[in-house]
Amino acid sequence: MGTHVIKMPDIGEGIAEVELSVWHVKVGDMVVEDQVLADVMTDKAMVDIPSPVHGRVIALGGEPGEVMAVGSELIRIEVEGAGNLKESAQPAPAAAAVPAPKPAPVATPEPVVEKAAAPRCAPQAPVARDPEERPLASPAVRKHALDLGIQLRLVQGSGPAGRILHEDLEAYLAQGSSTQAMGGSGYAERHDEQQIPVIGMRRKIAQRMQEATQRAAHFSYVEEIDVTALEELRVHLNEKHGASRGKLTLLPFLVRALVVALRDFPQMNARYDDEAQVIHRSGAVHVGVATQSDVGLMVPVVRHAEARSLWDSAAEISRLATAARTGKASRDELSGSTITLTSLGALGGIVSTPVLNLPEVAIVGVNKIVERPMVIKGQIVIRKMMNLSSSFDHRVVDGMDAAQFIQALRGLLEQPATLFVE
Amino acid sequence: MQTLNTKLLIIGGGPGGYVAAIRAGQLGIETILVEGQSLGGTCLNIGCIPSKALIHVAEQFHQTRHHSQGSALGITVSAPTLDIGKSVEWKDGIVDRLTTGVAALLKKHKVQVMHGWAKVIDGKTVEVGDTRIQCEHLLLATGSKSVNLPMLPLGGPIISSTEALAPTSVPKHLVVVGGGYIGLELGIAYRKLGAEVSVVEAQERILPAYDGELTQPVHEALKQLGVKLYLKHSVEGFDAQASTLQVRDPNGDTLNLDTDRVLVAVGRKPNTQGWNLEALNLAMNGAAVKIDSRCQTSMRNVWAIGDLSGEPMLAHRAMAQGEMVAELIAGQHREFNPTAIAAVCFTDPELVVVGKTPDEAKAAGLDCIVSSFPFAANGRAMTLESKSGFVRVVARRDNHLIVGWQAVGVGVSELSTAFGQSLEMGARLEDIAGTIHAHPTLGEAVQEAALRALGHALHL
Repeated sequence: MGTHVIKMPDIGEGIAEVELSVWHVKVGDMVVEDQVLADVMTDKAMVDIPSPVHGRVIALGGEPGEVMAVGSELIRIEVEGAGNLKESAQPAPAAAAVPAPKPAPVATPEPVVEKAAAPRCAPQAPVARDPEERPLASPAVRKHALDLGIQLRLVQGSGPAGRILHEDLEAYLAQGSSTQAMGGSGYAERHDEQQIPVIGMRRKIAQRMQEATQRAAHFSYVEEIDVTALEELRVHLNEKHGASRGKLTLLPFLVRALVVALRDFPQMNARYDDEAQVIHRSGAVHVGVATQSDVGLMVPVVRHAEARSLWDSAAEISRLATAARTGKASRDELSGSTITLTSLGALGGIVSTPVLNLPEVAIVGVNKIVERPMVIKGQIVIRKMMNLSSSFDHRVVDGMDAAQFIQALRGLLEQPATLFVE
Repeated sequence: MQTLNTKLLIIGGGPGGYVAAIRAGQLGIETILVEGQSLGGTCLNIGCIPSKALIHVAEQFHQTRHHSQGSALGITVSAPTLDIGKSVEWKDGIVDRLTTGVAALLKKHKVQVMHGWAKVIDGKTVEVGDTRIQCEHLLLATGSKSVNLPMLPLGGPIISSTEALAPTSVPKHLVVVGGGYIGLELGIAYRKLGAEVSVVEAQERILPAYDGELTQPVHEALKQLGVKLYLKHSVEGFDAQASTLQVRDPNGDTLNLDTDRVLVAVGRKPNTQGWNLEALNLAMNGAAVKIDSRCQTSMRNVWAIGDLSGEPMLAHRAMAQGEMVAELIAGQHREFNPTAIAAVCFTDPELVVVGKTPDEAKAAGLDCIVSSFPFAANGRAMTLESKSGFVRVVARRDNHLIVGWQAVGVGVSELSTAFGQSLEMGARLEDIAGTIHAHPTLGEAVQEAALRALGHALHL
């Protein structure tokens, strides 16, 4: 029997640390070759660590949420034959088979446990009851409560396990229609608390958002756009080509509008390296599309939007969104954008203040489309209106330029033919 | 056309309808009940009661034959013979007594019973023959019907539970299609009456509505009785010439099962056809009439109870609903809000489920203790020559509140009472463990299951 040690592999260029996300094995488990041992996370992508050997897990080198250096010991597996570890050459890793009392990087989430009922001797002690939880009471008490018109969920139960007794109904009645005697609404106070460790994706998002708001000088600019014509065009295209080329959402039109507007405003399609004090203006338009996934916000990138047709963009957005949501997006697909689009769809609200996707200098936010009465040539008409809420890095983008850029976008979107007339 | 006026009109005289009528009578509500066949509905006439009678006959015959073959109890009798005609007569006697009893109770409470088939005209009008009845409240309680299989049309050797409960002879070989509780109850009874019985079930185990641990003792008993099980087999058709049932096995091969009778017992469906229910255009819940927690349908003052309103299709549920609707119509505040409704299979051994099973508790997100106590360690069970089965309790880990009971074993149907009470009263494990249970009874296993859940069973 020998011991095989697997070290944290170098999974991305120039990355010194990776976060251990989840273990798929525990000490004592038998593993086979190629079985996934753990998931680790780099900048944005999740990577599986497979086992190169067949054997039994004897020690784990870290806990989920821990940031580990590349090359540090990840796991020890007992294998037939010699293994790759010379005995006594190295001490066992910190988190050995017997979990040593070491400070965990984050508190493990404890299940929310309903507090046990107060004993009988304290009849007024409130028993926490979830709003959806069925009040505990015998059939006679239930019937009596219905007769009295009392909602049992408002009654404190003094019996075992918070059971509501006839006496509790009487006490409830005695306090009268006003519940002041109880000093409250009759709803139980809640004292439970859940601890959600900020690890993995959530930690990455938190770090990036913090960094973006600390480094960049954000300012936001909101303009309303009349998208009546654009929506007509979109619906028409979907009717005509939807079956053969796929349905178009608003996003590919916005991507197209960005591509056209950026020809005149190259300063918006840039990455600002504030340490080197250099702005890298990009010829290519790589549009990041903010996407909500189960694990949090992801920004997959539509590469070379300048060379894509409307349907081509639409297909790529759809493919990337699915990949991001299912956790299948690669590292390449999640990085390298030069400008970002963010939309909450139907939940778009009236105004938002997007946070820049550093080191980019501009992010365009899309609010919801609503029908509003507008005055056109002295007439009140119903138009489809949509706000664009955009943020810029004021360190390198002036307010006038930003406003002109958004006006250019507005012109393109309100006269959709200009999106395609070269 | 004669027109009658009443406050409450009930369509259907089954357990739901007649109980609603009795309670309405008690509350002084003028009530007419319309029934096309016999009072008591499916339950009394062609369901619960006659099947229990037939099961009793079968058990007695089976026991006697067991003794005639030299039993360990030291009883010697000669081989019994069965006059099935007389058995059916005895069963009919019980049914008669009960249905006459229902009629007397209705009369006592001044309920007017109309015999005939109701036809709904609108939410306040029903026609029975050439009589038109106007009502303020309409209660629909038309029950359910056996589900038929298109490839096995009833008639001749192909029968439903109705015909199976009134046999003129015991077939040499019976094939039961459907391994649910109806199929198994009747299949076991016929086996004990001397028929060779096979059960064809499409799913991978019998009583697929219950978990494997619970159905295992029933499965064992079926094997011992010599009931042949064709699990994961589906029916293809019946060859009347050869008198064989064609079934497809899991490999896709067709088997021919020789048989002289085929009992189709593949479930029941709400009885919504043939009485012009469509006229009301009520909201439906699948095949059933949709109701709220007060048994109100989507039309004001039109109520529905029992099997017509869907699962669980149980007589005791219908009765409780009927009682409640009468009280609601009398102006009382009521809600159908039971903690649990017991379900019993009168198989051999019997099986009872009340409240949440371990799987259901888990699905509801409850952290539960599950504990069981075997009848093998219960003295009373031994004296009943019964060692299989167990009582199982499911309770919340945090406050020990009991959320479910299950049991399988001889005679456990009667434990449903204790189970139901403990759940409705909100008993905790300590309450059951601290209640003195009479010795020697099967009920001791109930107490022991609770004790075991608390970590200190005495007799294990």
